[in-house]
Amino acid sequence: MIHTTVGQLGHFFVILSFVTALVATLGYFLSALGKRKAAQAEPVREPQLAYAGEESAEQVRFGGKTAKRKSKPTTPEPPVRDDWRLLARWSFYLHATAIVGVSACLFYIIFNHYFEYHYAWSHSSRALPIKYMIACFWESQEGSFLLWLFWNAILGVILIRTSGSRWEAPMMTIFALVQAFLASMILGVVFGDTFKIGSTPFLLLREAMPDAPIFATDANFIPKDGNGLNPLLQNYWMVIHPPTLFLGFALTLVPFAFCIAGLWRNQPVEWIRPALPWTLFGALILGVGIMMGGYWAYETLNFGGYWNWDPVENAVYVPWLVMVGALHTMLIAKRSSTGLKSAVILTIATFLLVLYATFLTRSGILGNASVHSFTDLGLSGQLLIYLLVFVVLAVILAASKWKIIPSDEKEASVYTKEFWLFIGATILCLSAFQVIATTSIPVYNKIVELFGKVSNVALPTDQMAHYGKFQTWFFVAIASLTGIGQFMWWRKIGNKKWDALITPAILTLLVSAGIIAFGSLKNPTYMVLLVASVFALMTNGTILLGIIRGNYRLTGGAIAHIGMALMLIGILYSSGYSRVISLNNSGLMISKTDDFTKNDNRENKENVLLWLNQPEKMDKYQLTYRGQYVEVRDVPGYVPRNDVSVIEGDFHGIANRNIEKDGKLYHKKGDTLALYPENVHYGVEYREPSGKIFTLYPRLQVNERMGVVLSPDITHSLQRDIYTYVATAPDPMAEEQWEKTETYSVAIKDTFFLNDYVAILDDVIRANEVEGVEIGPSDAAVRARVRVLDKNGEHILNPAFIIKNRMVAHPAETSDELGVRIQLNEINPQTGKFTFAVNRTQRDYIVMKAFEKPLINVLWIGTLVVVLGFALATVRRYREFRLSQ
Amino acid sequence: MKISHIIGIIVIAIAIGIIASTAGDASVYTTFTKAEQMAKDGDDNQIHVVGKLQKNAQGQIVDMLYNPGIDPNHFEFSLVDTDNRMQKVVYNSPKPQDFERSEQIVIIGKMQGDHFQCNKILLKCPSKYQDGKLETTEHEAKTAKI
Repeated sequence: MIHTTVGQLGHFFVILSFVTALVATLGYFLSALGKRKAAQAEPVREPQLAYAGEESAEQVRFGGKTAKRKSKPTTPEPPVRDDWRLLARWSFYLHATAIVGVSACLFYIIFNHYFEYHYAWSHSSRALPIKYMIACFWESQEGSFLLWLFWNAILGVILIRTSGSRWEAPMMTIFALVQAFLASMILGVVFGDTFKIGSTPFLLLREAMPDAPIFATDANFIPKDGNGLNPLLQNYWMVIHPPTLFLGFALTLVPFAFCIAGLWRNQPVEWIRPALPWTLFGALILGVGIMMGGYWAYETLNFGGYWNWDPVENAVYVPWLVMVGALHTMLIAKRSSTGLKSAVILTIATFLLVLYATFLTRSGILGNASVHSFTDLGLSGQLLIYLLVFVVLAVILAASKWKIIPSDEKEASVYTKEFWLFIGATILCLSAFQVIATTSIPVYNKIVELFGKVSNVALPTDQMAHYGKFQTWFFVAIASLTGIGQFMWWRKIGNKKWDALITPAILTLLVSAGIIAFGSLKNPTYMVLLVASVFALMTNGTILLGIIRGNYRLTGGAIAHIGMALMLIGILYSSGYSRVISLNNSGLMISKTDDFTKNDNRENKENVLLWLNQPEKMDKYQLTYRGQYVEVRDVPGYVPRNDVSVIEGDFHGIANRNIEKDGKLYHKKGDTLALYPENVHYGVEYREPSGKIFTLYPRLQVNERMGVVLSPDITHSLQRDIYTYVATAPDPMAEEQWEKTETYSVAIKDTFFLNDYVAILDDVIRANEVEGVEIGPSDAAVRARVRVLDKNGEHILNPAFIIKNRMVAHPAETSDELGVRIQLNEINPQTGKFTFAVNRTQRDYIVMKAFEKPLINVLWIGTLVVVLGFALATVRRYREFRLSQ
Repeated sequence: MKISHIIGIIVIAIAIGIIASTAGDASVYTTFTKAEQMAKDGDDNQIHVVGKLQKNAQGQIVDMLYNPGIDPNHFEFSLVDTDNRMQKVVYNSPKPQDFERSEQIVIIGKMQGDHFQCNKILLKCPSKYQDGKLETTEHEAKTAKI
């Protein structure tokens, strides 16, 4: 039976959310218009007044800087009831409820395996563990739009309650308008035959694929199982990374809405205080989201790092950079008109860049340029309208209100924090500009095509080098500026005296010199980056020590900057000094210059072949491929693949023997157990010079629909990570192909060739036990002892020959290491010769690559420190906002 | 001259530098014939070529050579570009595991003598990351039997 109710309910909620968002937009808009009339008369003249009054006093204190008034008398609230606002507010609450309803319906469909729905069928399956069903929710475009709507709705409700009546109406107009646009993306309403608005997640399979032959015969057909989740996304990071990222996206709307509201209500300065904590929190969440994505890529994808300058990554990185720039200008906006103007521009730009990122990744415009953008759902037109509406609205509003932003009378002196923070924000923006200029190359092609010309420009072939040559220097500048900026901020430098910086500068030189000499850093660019990072550590550390005793709440900035410096050091070492361990020892010299370590220079032979159980010496390790393993869902670690037989077409298997781990029996022989049958893990054993052994299990996933996916395995230690992945291996799902039988008749002590190895028949002796056969008193059994020599020693094969109840049996003995199957077929007592039947097969092997990534943990530690810094700053600024109310 | 002017000039200079470098580093989608021409003219830039893999009636890729036992870092195949020109391609890395399932691929590299030396292969499988109708129908047939 097809469960149509839940889908219809979901669809109803979608339409409800769209309509309520429109009503809320309109209601808040009218309410804001009414408010504006009341508030208009007063704030327009006030800025000039404040300037004239405070000028002289402020000038003395802050070295010739014009300053703006700090607070303004609060506008008396109009006592009349605002019906429009009340209507809008309740519409928004209803909208939020509807969004929760849509999400609940979609979860219900996924959790109950309603494969009659296209969404559940294409993204989930019965084998999928519950934790990954959550990831199904946002695998596709519709679900991720829903996630975004959800966060916006939550933030909207919080802001209605906390932002105060002054801001509610104009700000929530923007919020509700954004929600209306987002809800339209999942509307799924078709007009006529072709004109479609949005794509609904509640489409039935038969509606999605009306031409499939099965629906002609059986309209109520329900597939037994779904297609399953893309294996790359079956990772815990994919459960928490998308919600974090979309919360970050949603948070960029808050400062944008405050900024637009401020301009609209002719209060170009006042919006900053409420917006600042949200900007800090947004930068924190978006940054964490980006780094989670990086960590997921590091653990799951096999390009050997956490950042690949893929357009999808860049599209989120750019708004984050601009957002950080915006928050720095917001800090100086109260005292500097340049700062205020930049704060307005950058806050608007952050949100518009998020929309641009959405357009890039979801419209299909990236095409071949990115390996992991969403597929085109035919929403590109709608997305473009969404983007353009906000671009036009924001630009027109900002342009028309530009004149109400007061100007500075004097330009900022070099000895003010305003100057240095502004320079820092400028560099952040240049860095963002460089990334977006290149990432937009596919867009340029499309624009040229619009004019009827052909353009086939492609992204740079060496992205690391292209971005690196700019970003490295921008971050050298940023790291240095954090130090100077912090000293300016806390007024350690003033009156043209730089003395306070001398101690940290000397410390920086000493420490850097030590690291360079001790760590044999030779690349001049790396040296400069190191010195800048150490300088940031020393200066911000000095500031931190100075203020932590006074008031720890003020330490956010210093801590965030220290974290950033640590991240830079982590990036410098893990990328710049990433070293390939798996060098081919076939006599080819591998260059040790930087050309080799950067770009993954494929000309160098970096992949090695490991035969099963044949140790190879590599770097300081001895590596051995130990065979294929699988993961049993309730057993820790990995189990040899031969210990279980997978039930065809199911995710269960049967234990071929008792499954024990660390002395604990988990499953008895013959038990049915749940597995991840798509995953094969290749055990690669590392033996360190000290004799310590550890094993890595890089993964290969075979999914009928998605193809083959390779993921690395990583061992973490304080100084370095060792990262290993299988580049290629024989198809683990293919049946073993045995070549045609060859027979050898040999006498004892004779030598013969087995699959290119020398083999010796040592002896044939009587056996009392043969596995799987009961040997009675009237039966007889013998075993041959065949010794096979390979370069690492001997292998013994013991094929048996059994006479049981006058029947002859000769079970085969197989050696995976040698790729040989051998049977003792005949015993001729007259000639004393033994005849062996031998089949050969491809020996099991892997081609693997291993890297060493030094100090990569400093990057992750730095990330956590940045998070702490942002969190402290957010709390501090939010308290200030509450106190000001 | 005011400091703000100096800063403005520096920012504009950096922006121009960024645009120039983007234009300079950008690659192109092109064909083997053009790639050959570029190599003859001494142009060392790497380029993108979009092409199809030749498959026989059984759906196996023809002209493919990968023998990890001899050299795991040598992979050879033939690609037919948009002008229908067939070209030998050499890739000094293991064969991508998904290669057999691919039809259209993008290769990045440059011509070197008789072959195209490829540094990067971008695979687009018909089914990966999308609800390709190709796989969909196949799956339908299978479930209907049960």
